Amino acid sequence: MDKAVVVLEDVTVSYRLQREQYHTFKEFAIRSLQGRVRYENLLALDSVSLKVYKGDVFGLIGANGAGKTTLLRLVAWVMQPTSGRVIVCGRVAPLLAMGAGFHPELTGRENIFLNGALLGFNRRQIEKLFDQIVDFAELRDFIDAPLRTYSSGMMARLGFAVATAEMPDILIVDEVLSVGDIAFQEKSAERIRQFREQGATILMVSHSMESVQKMCNRAVWLDHGRIAKNGKAQEVVQSFKDYMGIQN
Amino acid sequence: MTITTKLPIVEDRSIRDSAKRVFLPVREVQEAWRYRDLILFLVRRDVTARYKRSLLGIAWTMLNPLGMMIVLSIVFSQVFRINTEGYPAYVLSGLIAWAFFAQTSSNAINVLVWGGNLLQQIYIPRSTFAISAIGTGLVNLVLSLVPLFAVMLVIGISLHPTILLAPLAMILLGMFSLGVGLMISTIGIYFADIVEMYAILLTAWMYLTPIIYPLDILPANVQAWLRFNPMLHLVELFRSLVFYGKLPTLENWLISIGFALATLLIGWLVFTGKSDEFAYRT
Repeated sequence: MDKAVVVLEDVTVSYRLQREQYHTFKEFAIRSLQGRVRYENLLALDSVSLKVYKGDVFGLIGANGAGKTTLLRLVAWVMQPTSGRVIVCGRVAPLLAMGAGFHPELTGRENIFLNGALLGFNRRQIEKLFDQIVDFAELRDFIDAPLRTYSSGMMARLGFAVATAEMPDILIVDEVLSVGDIAFQEKSAERIRQFREQGATILMVSHSMESVQKMCNRAVWLDHGRIAKNGKAQEVVQSFKDYMGIQN
Repeated sequence: MTITTKLPIVEDRSIRDSAKRVFLPVREVQEAWRYRDLILFLVRRDVTARYKRSLLGIAWTMLNPLGMMIVLSIVFSQVFRINTEGYPAYVLSGLIAWAFFAQTSSNAINVLVWGGNLLQQIYIPRSTFAISAIGTGLVNLVLSLVPLFAVMLVIGISLHPTILLAPLAMILLGMFSLGVGLMISTIGIYFADIVEMYAILLTAWMYLTPIIYPLDILPANVQAWLRFNPMLHLVELFRSLVFYGKLPTLENWLISIGFALATLLIGWLVFTGKSDEFAYRT
């Protein structure tokens, strides 16, 4: 198992920020006339090189604004690097923030199709996965009720069931898995474990050092867009903890 | 707890490499086609969400232009003393074509904003949202033909077989609206208030298009200038087919097709050229 599925070579992402944030044309026009539009570059990722191998459970840790989310966006292919090279092999599926892509007026059934299509499946594929999704989410009795009648737990279950209906090559998990009640949490953790056994790669961002240590085999610690440490999850978490301990 | 379901084998083993340069406008066409089911589901979502909750939903689509028609008919016949034959149907046919253009081209950016949060997390071809806005608009446009036909029957204008060609005019309107919508969306990456500015532009644009007045009330030199307005030709095409019941001139067809294709092409190139920037603007 030493096939790299995610490769970042000297990747830099720089956001061009206006020094004072203008979001409207009106402000921009006024400031331009006054000659006061200035930009500054924010380096979200600064010459980052790393490899994630097939079957890894790879943790991303670091303070807020360290570049973790930007890195995930590169892997999910929603963003192109400013410079450097990104290679991603296989289908990437993100676990979406709860309720993202759902519509309250549509039924659970309609939402499964909509959400599945947002994840890149076509109608035929979703039809094939449909029963499995409903069973996993345990929503058979409510599937034709509008989503606005669902509890937040039910919605979360549905979202998880759709996102993981088919094993992706790379699963992106932003923040800790805290979906639904305890029983469902175990069930979803079990599904992720199965994915891992079947060779999926998992990329997770977490602020909980405990869960990174428990679940990940490798990790990278990002600090202000640079890699502070890259290696075995245990060691990286330990250095991060030491560093934070010194700071405090 | 065990999962008994067998997971199907992943089909898509594509390797994506940011160093591989692709021609984005073509790539985006292929991707939008691959996501065609999503476009369909988005249209269905917008249509059902609008009409599901209230039975009045459909009625509103029809009542709004009807109300405008009544007001304008009174104003134009009583105040301005314009006696265009079948004025209520004349104005209504123009209004629904205009409403289609105005709503879909400004909606293209709204749906992108709606999808913004998703677009930060999962890869979705960005044009799908704008295309679905056109699809939803087309459904509404077809629905609003119902009150138009009702009005025509009431005031004694018969329906003509040329109506069968109306879908062609609608498709051209859709292409033009998509092109404009994509351009507006691209500007929207940089300025959030483009929606408000565009609304003002639309109002002016509507008065520069013979929607509520007949073109021939204007002096000849003004008429000549207005010929540069693409919407004039597209509305004229639509109106010939549904209201006048005569085949549009070849000139009218060619100019409309030309404007629709050129606008869509430019909008598509501009949008796909800049769409990577969406991710950089949070």
